[in-house]
This record gives sequence, structure tokens and C-alpha cells, in this order.
Amino acid sequence: MALSIEDIKKVAHLARIEINENDANATLNKLSGILALIEQMQAVDTRGIVPMSHAQDLSQRLRDDVVSKTNLRDEFQKNAPILGNGSQQPALAGGLYLVPKVIE
Amino acid sequence: MEWEVVIGLETHTQLQTVSKIFSGASVKYGAEPNTQACEVSLALPGVLPVLNKQAVHCAIKFGLAINAEIAPRSVFARKNYFYPDLPKGYQISQFELPVVGKGTITIQVPAAGKQAAYEKVVNITRAHLEEDAGKSVHGAVEGMSGIDLNRAGTPLLEIVTEPDMRSAAEAVAYAKKLHELVQWIGICDGNMQEGSFRCDVNVSVRPKGSDKLGTRREIKNLNSFKFMTQAIEYEARWQIETLEDGGKIQQATVLFNPETGETRAMRSKEEANDYRYFPDPDLLPLVITEQDKAHVQADMPELPAAMKARLEAKFGLSSYDASSLTASRELADYFMVAVDAGAEPKQTANWVMGSLSAKLNSEDKYLSSSPISAQQLAQLLKRISDATISNNAAKQVFEAMWLGEGEVDSIIAAKGLKQESDNGAIEAIIDEVLAANAAMVDEFKAGKEKAFNALVGQAMKASKGKANPAQVNDILKKKLQA
Amino acid sequence: MANNELTNGSLKSYAQLLHSKQISSLELTQAFLQRINQYNPSINAFIALDEDKTLAQARAADARIAIGSAAPLTGIPIAQKDIFCAKGWPTTCGSRMLANFVAPYDAHVISQFDAAGAVNLGKTNMDEFAMGSSNETSYFGGVKNPWSYDRVPGGSSGGSAAAVAARLCAAATGTDTGGSIRQPASLCGFTGLKPTYGVVSRFGMIAFASSLDQAGPMAKSAEDCALMMNVMAGFDERDSTSLDRAKEDYCRDLAKPLAGLKIGLPKEFFAEGLSAEVGQVIENAITEYKKLGAEIVNISLPNTGLSIPVYYVLAPAEASSNLSRYDGVRYGHRAAEYTDLMDMYSKSRAEGFGDEVKRRILIGTYVLSAGYYDAYYLKAQQIRRLIAQDFVEAFKQCDVIMGPAAPSTAFKAGEKVDDPVAMYLQDIYTISTNLAGLPGMSVPAGFAPNQDGPVLPVGLQIIGNYFDEARMLNVAHQYQKVTDWHSLAPNLPEGKA
Repeated sequence: MALSIEDIKKVAHLARIEINENDANATLNKLSGILALIEQMQAVDTRGIVPMSHAQDLSQRLRDDVVSKTNLRDEFQKNAPILGNGSQQPALAGGLYLVPKVIE
Repeated sequence: MEWEVVIGLETHTQLQTVSKIFSGASVKYGAEPNTQACEVSLALPGVLPVLNKQAVHCAIKFGLAINAEIAPRSVFARKNYFYPDLPKGYQISQFELPVVGKGTITIQVPAAGKQAAYEKVVNITRAHLEEDAGKSVHGAVEGMSGIDLNRAGTPLLEIVTEPDMRSAAEAVAYAKKLHELVQWIGICDGNMQEGSFRCDVNVSVRPKGSDKLGTRREIKNLNSFKFMTQAIEYEARWQIETLEDGGKIQQATVLFNPETGETRAMRSKEEANDYRYFPDPDLLPLVITEQDKAHVQADMPELPAAMKARLEAKFGLSSYDASSLTASRELADYFMVAVDAGAEPKQTANWVMGSLSAKLNSEDKYLSSSPISAQQLAQLLKRISDATISNNAAKQVFEAMWLGEGEVDSIIAAKGLKQESDNGAIEAIIDEVLAANAAMVDEFKAGKEKAFNALVGQAMKASKGKANPAQVNDILKKKLQA
Repeated sequence: MANNELTNGSLKSYAQLLHSKQISSLELTQAFLQRINQYNPSINAFIALDEDKTLAQARAADARIAIGSAAPLTGIPIAQKDIFCAKGWPTTCGSRMLANFVAPYDAHVISQFDAAGAVNLGKTNMDEFAMGSSNETSYFGGVKNPWSYDRVPGGSSGGSAAAVAARLCAAATGTDTGGSIRQPASLCGFTGLKPTYGVVSRFGMIAFASSLDQAGPMAKSAEDCALMMNVMAGFDERDSTSLDRAKEDYCRDLAKPLAGLKIGLPKEFFAEGLSAEVGQVIENAITEYKKLGAEIVNISLPNTGLSIPVYYVLAPAEASSNLSRYDGVRYGHRAAEYTDLMDMYSKSRAEGFGDEVKRRILIGTYVLSAGYYDAYYLKAQQIRRLIAQDFVEAFKQCDVIMGPAAPSTAFKAGEKVDDPVAMYLQDIYTISTNLAGLPGMSVPAGFAPNQDGPVLPVGLQIIGNYFDEARMLNVAHQYQKVTDWHSLAPNLPEGKA
């Protein structure tokens, strides 16, 4: 399957990575090469083969329903990003993480 | 043209656990922002999920309660999308292999207008385990939203129906039934204000008789039955009008505005979503054995339908009473506690469905906050049965107890409501009444039955209402026939 | 003892010196720190150093030794790949995205070393989010191969590799998703082990491709790796894929003779693509093993060629999802200027990630997107099973599999940067074990001449069956008893005085 510049833009949008026209072209070239490598898989007949998601064929372990975590908000929020748009303050207010307005 | 409304529901029920589905952070409601957001809730680099046993237990319980297939092997998948309240950039959910498969729930749709009440079976497509997202808080800072991740990772069971419902009434009857059931089996607290039980309603319309489904719009996050009715009715009307005006329905996610009573499409969901589901490599398949199911079954309370049948058979209750009493676990428990405390079952049913329900309704109270406990009610009913007080006096005691004036016996004593059941004393009163009302006695003897009732009334009056009416009847009858 | 000699010791020798109080952990640690100060400015192996923290740990280790409660690694300075969260340490994963991130918690691996009393020397450079085979994708710059500064050390654990080779640490940790321990071990001439998937907890280890990532030791010898494994391995309830197995002593079989050992040589590992010089070194090593009594079995791993295509579907797919959390909301890089939420996401991620990471996110997003899932992701998972089955068949005929760890010796910096596919082929011999979940190691086996440069180290790869790490370490150790490739260290150009 040949990749198009539209595919690159669509995927970049899905992945939330800004990409300009120049970069999109360069990326198209490199990704096409990688995709050509991947296409070698299509020669294999895989009918009836159970997909392998994990290295070991085991089942999920369950944890007991107990509260083991304490409030470490201050510790965690030391890593809050800088707000930006002219502000050098952390993107925090009243314990909340600040982001541009979420429109529903 | 006649139109048919087609409705399916997706309900997010918050499971009753103390910790999150994939971490040991508390799920307690109402904490300060981000104080219950541990490193896993925040999706810090390097953290990993481990599944909560109790959440799985709840899912199995629900599956057993609706006679569903419970998957011996189910798989957690990542649903990928960006949203600030979704810290990992994906939600851990179940996609191709959910934990609970097909099942059924029988709903009771109440009578409305000319339409009599009826029952209907709603098919459950699936129920799957997933994690809740956090919350966006608006207004803290101008032009910004604040993100609180306390709720992120709260365990949910999403219960999905087939598009089986045909009216707002059916949809609400289903939602109420489900709401009762999840509380009954103890997997969800049912608190709709706090968001423990949230419904997404898919609505489409089609010409009556058509077997093709119309394009649906999904009304998100309805958290009251009243809003659900309003939203569905508005949405169905809007769709029908749109189609009749020659328009087309676009698949969309809509929000209901309780202030205007209208639905509107969400702006953020305009773009077509591509969730790129794939099995979560951090979690292994969830395996549920027959033994696991048996273990949960042992912990399962008697279900409403079974209890209803038992109440009818054991206590001779009417189908209506039995059904009303098993409408909620709380009501059923209240009834059983009263009966176990010695109250007569039919009488208990009458009082619970009658005076108690009326009083709760008139004061807009939940049974859980009733000032009169089941034990207290039982004590009151026992005082009727053992002839300590009359039915009328019991009503006074009930009122007094409601106002917190004390226990049954102290109120009876304080108000002097004890019945006179001493034969000698009653005979003396009756003798006086007969002597003072010779005219009435003559009327009775002349065949006027009404005169008997008048004499009973006089005797009760003379006893200041305390005489046991049955005894008054008996003694009066004997004396008049003598 | 001269500084050079001191930093060239084995873990066992350090333990003896420390326990007999001939040196203190403080002295040993200072010796390494001094060497780091001298050589790291040119090699760039470490990207975070914190002398106060490190020396405090050394003092605590000395106190522990003094009261006689030391464990084998107590007081020994270990370098930690910057993929492991270590509380209070910058933890960047080689990315601008996390350039300012200070971990608020410890990875399981880090707490295991802490509990053992080991000293954390610092965090080592790596390819950004472990995506690379040359350490050239690091936001913090490339790492020099100590054997020849114009060469790459391999990747993604390039910083740890250079640190071990240049004797800047007693041993180091690495992680291996497609060869990131073994390929740099081969290119830098030391011993590295990627354990069976699930043996070392991934908790606190920043995820690249969750179903393939596995941490392991990078050290001077098989014996050192065994001692490191005794600390790193073990069940952790915080990782659902961690295996609940009895604790084992990885040193227990080191001394066993190899007579009768069946070594499988997969013909696919010696086919086109392998440099003749490297092939010769591997052959010499096999000859050595024959002398030790091993028997050679010719085997086939027919789906080897497919391991790269499969890997470049599965790893980017998992990575695209794993790296979605870096959105500039709660930590990490946020763009300085943005108009709305979408703009904030797209700019922060475009600026925070380097080109290779972005490429892999895009490929991963593409192969998972609607309409392509079955053709790519599902297909890759099916072939993954075929690849794993190849090994099941192979291990019916042999005890261990041997071959090269990398197709060539260290290549020049910049040589493959613009050709991702050529770079990906570096991992042709290592990727299949990650896909199968098997353990693999690289052991120094000699040096190969280059047409255009110096003689460079070559690693012999040993692949074992599931949970056969102790046996593989035995196989490597016996070889290291009769050869000295592993004990050779590069002569470093004069560093900072």
C-alpha cells in the first residue's frame, strides 16, 4: 500500500504531532521505506494462526481491593509543565492541572 | 407517516470498590483535586496497571444476575484518543472480548393513559470492564480548564443493550430496573448525582413497520430519569421533524441541556474517531473459571424475581405487593427485617406500601433516612396484633414515632392509647351504654341493624376509644341477644 | 592500587575488597567518579550525575558493611540507564520531552539495587525512548564508542555500554526491546544479558514496546552479569507481566563443565548481510566451544528474516500508544506558545520528540488505524507466533543457540542516521528473541579488522530457552575462563586532567 501525503497528515493529526509541508514530504519518504520493509509480511500465509500478544501464555493476576496510595499531589506537581503563552508559572491552579479550555 | 422510535442504552455503572481498577488509589467521592491521583492515575512514565479483584467480582456478579455468558477469557484493550482528562492518551477498556456476553433483563413498563402496564424483555448485548476518565473543571482560571484526575481509573462496568426499546417510557423503565438491580446485587451504589450511574442513550427513528435502523444520535451522560425522559422525547421529536422536513440525520454525539430541555451536538466529537483499539500489552487475558463463578454465586443475594415468588408463596402476598416490595433491595430488606422481628407479613406489606411509603413520598425522603426503623415498625404492628392498641391508635403512634417522640410502648403509655381488653371493664361500660340508650336497644330489637353500630360507637366513646372494638362487638352482641 | 586497576575489577573482586575493608565504598565510588570526570566530557555516557547523592549512598554502604550486613553488591557503583525512574533523579529517557522530569518514585530495578546496597553512580545516555541502534537519537547528544571515538557505541543502551567498556562504572543496567543490550555489548566488547521476558519487573522502566521490553545487566563478564541478575530478577506484583517464580541464584551453574553441550547454529544467522570479518570471529568462538566439549548442531530458524518487519509493526504500534501520555498536561515539555488545546498537544509533541521517535509514532499510529489493523498489526502478531515456534522446534535439537549479536562491528557516527531501514537491520539477529520472549546475551568473542579503520570488538550471541539464564551464564563463563576477550579494555585517549 503506497503512502500518500494525506495519509501522513491524517496520521500526524491522530498522533497530535504538528507537521509542516516540508517535514511531511521528508517523512513520507522515510515512512515509505519502512512500510516497504513491513510489506514483506504479506507474503506469509497466516490463516488459522493465533495472534501472539504476549511472550508468555499466562493469565492476568488480580490485586486485592485495598487503598495503598497516599496523597502525593505536591510531590507529583513539582513536575507540572510551565504554563506558557507568556507565563513562566507552572500550569496549576488550586491543585488542578491547567490546559486551554476544553470545549464539549 | 407514523414513526417508530428505536432506543438502546449504554450505562456506565461505577463499581463498588475502595480502590481504582488498576491501582491502589482511593475512589472516594469529593476529595480535593488530584489528591487521589497516584502515579498510575497520573500516567507518570513507567507505571503499570494491575487489575482489581473486586472489580472482576462485580462484573461476574452482574453477569450471573442477568443469566449472561461470562467469558472464560476476556481481553483488555487500549482505546486511543487524546483528551486532557485521559492521562495515558488511551482508556483501558474491553473491545473484542468483553467479560460479560449476552443476557436479558425483564422490565415493567407502568400504565400510561390508555396503555396498560406491561412487561418486556430487554436484551443485553454485553458488559465490559473499563476505567473512568478524570474531570475537566471550568471557570477556575479565565480561558482555561482545570484537570482533576481523582476519578481517573475508577472502575466501571459498561452495560450495553440491544436497540430494543421503543419509547422513553421503556427506556426509563429499563434504566430504573438496571439501577435497582446493580444496587440489589451490591455492585454499584446507584448514586446518580455523584455520577455512579450514567446513561448514554442511542436514539433513532424509522417509519413504523420498517426493519431497517435509522441513523442514531447518542445522548451522552444522562444522570436523572426525568432528564432521560425529556431528552429522549425531545430528541425523537427533533429527528422526526427533521426527517419530515426533508432533512437527514447525521450520526452525532449530543448533550442534553436541562435548562432548555433541548439536545445539541457536541463540538469536540465532530471529527470521526479512530480509536486504534489493540490488546493492552501491559495486561494479560482475564481468565474466569467455573470455580470463580461458583465463588461469586455463593456471595449472590436472592434476586428480585426469586424473592417476589417467595414472598407470594410463603406469606401469601399479592403479586402486586410482592413486586412492589422487591422493587428495591432496601425496601425488601426493610420488609424482611420487620417480618423477622415478628410483624405479621401481610400487615407489614400494607403498612410499608401504605403509611410508610406515603409519608416518605410526602416528605421526599429515602427509605434509608426513614425516622422509623423496620424494628420499630415491627414493634408497632405487634402491638396491634396483641391487641394492645387499635389500628387507629397505631396511626397516632406512627405519627409520633415519625416525629421522634420515642419508642412504641412509651408513646402508647404517654398518650394513653392502650386498649381496654378486660372483659369485666368492657361489660361495665356496655351495661352503662345500654341503660342510657334504651331507645336504640329497642330499635335494634325491632330489626334496625344500624342501631347496633350506633351502640358500638357509644361504647367506644364511653371508653374514650380505648376499648378493644372486637371485644365490644362480641359482648354487645351477647347482651342484646340475651 | 592504581585507579586504572581499581576501575577494571570484577564485581566479585570489589566485594572481597569491600568486605575485607581493604577499600571503602567511598573510595571505590570516588575512583569511578574521578574517571567519569576525566572521560565523560568526551564520551558522553552519563547524562545525569549527582555526586552528593552518590557519595551519600557510598557512605551508607560503608556503614552497612561495618555492621556486617552487606550483600554481594553492597557499596559497588552501578550506572543506571536513564530509562529507569529513580526518585529524586532526573529521568529523561534521552528525550527533550522529559528533559526537566525528576522521577518522584523508584523503578523496581532501582529499589532492588538500593535494597542490595549498591551505589547509583548516575544516569546513562540512551537513544530517545530507547528507539535506536546507535545512541544518535538522544536529545543529549551521541555517545562515543570507547574503542574508537569516531564510532557509535550501539543502542539504545549506548551510554551504559560506553560506561562499562570505558570502565566508568563497575557494571550498568540496560534494557533490550529489539537488541538494545546485546548489540551495544557486541559493539563495545563486554557482556550483556537480556533475560526471559517477565523475569525483571518493568515497573518504573519507561515503556517503549511493552510486550518486548526487558531490563538486564551490562557488565565485564558473565559472572558479573550473574551477580547483577541476582539483584535485578524477581517477582514484582506491580507489573502484571512479572513472572511469579521462585528466586534463583544465577551464579549456581557457572562452574559446570560444558562437555556434551549442544550448540545450535541457525543457518539464517550466517547468511547474506553478515560481515565476513564478524563471521570469522564467531567461527573462532565456536571452535573454542568445541574444544570445551560442545557439540555443534546445524539448525534453522526459517522466519528470522521476518522478525524485522514484524518488529517494526508491533514495536511502533505499542510505542505510539505508550507515548501518548506525553501530552504536556501533567509533566514533560509544553510548547511555549499555543492557541488552543489541539495546538498545545501538536506543538508540544512535535517539539518534545525527536525525528526517529516521531517516525515510529506515525508508523505505529498508521498500522493501528482503521482499515489497516488486520493487514499489519494482526498479521504481525500471527507471524510473531511463527517466529516463536521456530525457537520451540530449534530447542528440541540443541541446548543453546549461537550466532553473531550484530551483523557488523561498530559503524561510524552519522553513517546510518538518514537511513532508518539500514539502521533497523542492525538488530536482525537480536529481534527474534524479543518477539519470542527468550533470553539472549552477547559475549566478547574477539576483534575484527575493518577496511576503513581500527580493529573493533565482536560479540557472540548466546540464545537460551525460557528461564535458561543460569545455563547461558554458565556457557559464557566457561568460555571466558579460557579466553580473555572480555577482560580487554580500550586505551582511552587522554581525557580531562
